[in-house]
Amino acid sequence: MADGRFFGDGLTYLDPSDLKGKLIAIEGTDGVGRSTHIEMLQEWLEVQGYGVITTGWTRSNLMSKTIEVAKAGNILDHWSLSLLYATDFADRLEHQIIPALRSGFIVLADRYIYTAFARDFVRSGNRTWIRDVFGFALIPDLVCYMRIDVETLALRVIETTGMNYWESGMDLRLGADLYESFKKYQSLLIEEFDKMAEEFRFNVVDARKSPEEIQEELRGHILPVLPGHKRAGASEQVPA
Amino acid sequence: MTELHGAKGAPHPYPGKLIIVEGIDGSGKSTQLLLLHKWLESKGYKVFFTEWNSSDLVKDTTKRGKKTKSLTPTTFSLLHATDFASRLYHQILPPLKAGMLVLADRYMYTAFARDVVRGVSRDWVRKLYHFAIKPDMAFYYRVPIEVAISRLLRGTRGQFKYYEAGMDMNLSPDVTESFRLFQSQILAEYDKIVEEFGLLTMDATLDIETQQEQMRTLVQDALRGYKPKRGTYGRRTLFWRRFDIPRSE
Repeated sequence: MADGRFFGDGLTYLDPSDLKGKLIAIEGTDGVGRSTHIEMLQEWLEVQGYGVITTGWTRSNLMSKTIEVAKAGNILDHWSLSLLYATDFADRLEHQIIPALRSGFIVLADRYIYTAFARDFVRSGNRTWIRDVFGFALIPDLVCYMRIDVETLALRVIETTGMNYWESGMDLRLGADLYESFKKYQSLLIEEFDKMAEEFRFNVVDARKSPEEIQEELRGHILPVLPGHKRAGASEQVPA
Repeated sequence: MTELHGAKGAPHPYPGKLIIVEGIDGSGKSTQLLLLHKWLESKGYKVFFTEWNSSDLVKDTTKRGKKTKSLTPTTFSLLHATDFASRLYHQILPPLKAGMLVLADRYMYTAFARDVVRGVSRDWVRKLYHFAIKPDMAFYYRVPIEVAISRLLRGTRGQFKYYEAGMDMNLSPDVTESFRLFQSQILAEYDKIVEEFGLLTMDATLDIETQQEQMRTLVQDALRGYKPKRGTYGRRTLFWRRFDIPRSE
């Protein structure tokens, strides 16, 4: 609680003072291109000699199967759904993220607690509980938010993976069909992300730009956070 | 989704009644709840029973986590909260809305006691369960640690399980000693909870039938004014729960 590195009521049995690495979260709604950019960032950082691990939403050893099963068949209330995400996150935080930070790695997180905040808020209309639940989360050193408008997003998702049930928020019955539902659901998420971008001072990156431009912007935000980046002679690229 | 009443605050708005029991392993709470169940059914009430950590989805995960010993205090706590949320939504609320009696073997107070001893923040775990509803009656079966140990050792279970004995906390290499240390801390935590949430403390060292008589008297008083829903043609429900060995969670 007293420790400023935790979002709220922290892990009381854990001392975060010796975390040497940097935690960088890439946020943004479904299909915005986060994973592609994270791959490129990892490559870029490793070339510079930084140790990098990536961690992704619902990818914990403990929970990934459970969440799949839950999503495949069971109608979930928003509490269970959010708590499943929280358990997955806690497992990764304690078994992947914190050990890596302790060893001085750069941790690139594909989505972070803000995704859970947005999804729960859209379903519950209440921000307090979900933020309390994730009180044990570490505050990242940097949050980059890949922002897109829903029209562009819809086209992009149709062109690539197609729209799926959960990304369309079909459990909320917002629209007559998948397309309508997708647009309404993603608009609500984007609206909430935009609010959080101000509240938590995300670094907003326009995800409608070309991949090269987006990558360039992301690197610009990350560079100042890196340990010893000035030594690396990157002064020209340091943004305002 | 509607905002529910806090666990401490106002009573729930549903026509049914929620009765819960709490206590450490070996307190005899499950036996008492089962006997209450029989009695209520024999009086023609519609009763639904639910117990801690019993939803399929979460139980399998907990089992896997326990097997690999990879659970941390926080994931342990979150898994139990997930199970609770899922049971509240799917098992507890529907019968309460339908005007039935719901009996719960352990409720969120188990998490408040056990997870805090494991090391999570007291405030955090209370906030975690903020969506829970306040039970109409909450019994706490209070038992001295030595009584619980001797019951468990000479009982059907024979030995303590790894997590039940708090072996993950490295309190003692000896299982019985670890159980004693771990459950003693839980007892101390329960004492605080009893005051904080106004649980009804029952003397769990008395004879089974004496305890049951006390429980039935209290429940009878509390149910005065409660209108049981008649089932079809007033038919009595079957005694579908068998009297078997209480499972530990």
